[in-house]
Amino acid sequence: MSLRRWSVTLLAAFVALVTIAPLLWMLSVSFMARGEASAFPPPLLPSDPSLDNYRILFGSFGIGRFLLNSLLISTLATALALLFTIPAGYAFAKLRFKGRDATFRLLVAALVVPGQIGMLPLFLELKAMGLVNSYAGALVPWLAGIFGIFLVRQYCLSIPDEMLEAARIDGASEGQILRRIVLPILTPIIVTLALFVFLGSWNDFMWPLIILADQDLYTLPVALAAMSRQHVQDNELMMAGAVVTTLPVLILFLALQRFYLTGLLTGSVKG
Amino acid sequence: MSAVGRVSEARAGWAMSSPALAAIILFFVLPAVASLFLSFTDFDIYALADIGNLRFVGFQNYERLIGNPLFWKAVTNTLLFVGFGVPFIVALSLFAAMLVNSRWLKWSPVWRVALFAPYVTTLVATAVVWRYLLHTRYGLVNYLLSLFGIAPIDWLGDPNASLPAILIFVGWKTFGYNMIIFLAALQTVPRELDEAARIDGANWFTRLRHVTLPAIAPTVLLVSVLTVAGMFQLFAEPYVMTQGGPAQSTVTILYFMYEEGFKWWNLGSGAAVAFLLFLCILAVTLVQLRLARRSGAI
Repeated sequence: MSLRRWSVTLLAAFVALVTIAPLLWMLSVSFMARGEASAFPPPLLPSDPSLDNYRILFGSFGIGRFLLNSLLISTLATALALLFTIPAGYAFAKLRFKGRDATFRLLVAALVVPGQIGMLPLFLELKAMGLVNSYAGALVPWLAGIFGIFLVRQYCLSIPDEMLEAARIDGASEGQILRRIVLPILTPIIVTLALFVFLGSWNDFMWPLIILADQDLYTLPVALAAMSRQHVQDNELMMAGAVVTTLPVLILFLALQRFYLTGLLTGSVKG
Repeated sequence: MSAVGRVSEARAGWAMSSPALAAIILFFVLPAVASLFLSFTDFDIYALADIGNLRFVGFQNYERLIGNPLFWKAVTNTLLFVGFGVPFIVALSLFAAMLVNSRWLKWSPVWRVALFAPYVTTLVATAVVWRYLLHTRYGLVNYLLSLFGIAPIDWLGDPNASLPAILIFVGWKTFGYNMIIFLAALQTVPRELDEAARIDGANWFTRLRHVTLPAIAPTVLLVSVLTVAGMFQLFAEPYVMTQGGPAQSTVTILYFMYEEGFKWWNLGSGAAVAFLLFLCILAVTLVQLRLARRSGAI
């Protein structure tokens, strides 16, 4: 049995290594000197590791600005998405009101409609509202998170009604019940949802590409795509740019992967 | 509960759900519906400057699309991505899930996280990395192939290789997500069943075919529906890696929509593309559901 155990583990380790090899390679090349990576056979490790590429990126390329934009947009998107979806998810699970179930069924049906379908009219709508080429315009799609409502509702269904009734009898208002009783119970799903939205908005490309025209407002992916079109030959620099773009979310995911992976299952398998 | 309590509960219900509902209607439902209307107009750069130039043109946008070879190229490419990509990615994720679920595996959580990592990385950044990995002369992929005596392949410059190249990248990027879903399903398959088949002398493949796959059939369907939708939504990959080329071999429907809408500012025509894309996804999903129902998977 031990042989089998080792061969399966070895196979898994090999597959895992092949999977993360592109990421390790990206990191390694980012420390190489200019032109070093354009050789055959490709060098695996930098001969003289340096932070020059990062210095250029933050210096003459001003990538710090894009990093800041990404941080700002993703943080705001997360805060706003939580503010909008948590109360709604709770209401759809626990508060009885007329039309609730019909509305929720419509929302679930809307989950099959891809967001890109309405992108052109949404652009025109935001243009009319004067939000094109602004942070606000980039944030808008994250306010309308049906998936988040769905996730919060699933989790709220497990809260016992008696607990809420008891609070009502004690004279708590519905708002107080949400803040003082429900929110603490929801902590794990709030972390999950926050992580989903943060990673989602950080990694998003198509919408920021459309809505942000000024270079000053570019998020990291948009800036990186623009840079990669101008600097096709500068592999080492591009790899450093890719590191700056991916590393923050990768670290965040690794730190909170327990929440992320559980949330994925609540959202997809039951849905 | 008292009548007053019910009223206040209902009022709170609407108060708590209406901000989200308003946002969904304003920024999701309205644009999606407007897309259909927009597709019957000649909304272009002139209408963008002055809405007075807008005219209703009926099905003209659709007629023009049907006569546009590049549109058909985009549709064909997207269908190729779906046709080759979905089986490839579903098989890859199922293999990974079974590997990680193996009871002989040590340190399983470590491998699981490693295999999932590409999914959370930024698409544009990894597309840049892969464009480099697939470089004809300096790329690591061609170097590894050369060790087996395979001549260099011009992955992103040869119209016959560009689509497989992007598929390899997309497969690498997304299989982890499906793997997690498969993993959850596999954990519900009773070990005794598999064990009984093993004692009866069934080999690995027979057990996969007759024990595992039937047990997780609904999940296979779910994963393929999700993957089909994902394949229809390819955009950043060709945008960053090939810019739709070479010879338009990687122009997808969404890439075509983007160019039509935001490069040429033919918003009416772009909206028609968006609406056709939606019909495609819906049709494929319905066919899959019907097939699954007929075969008894759900």
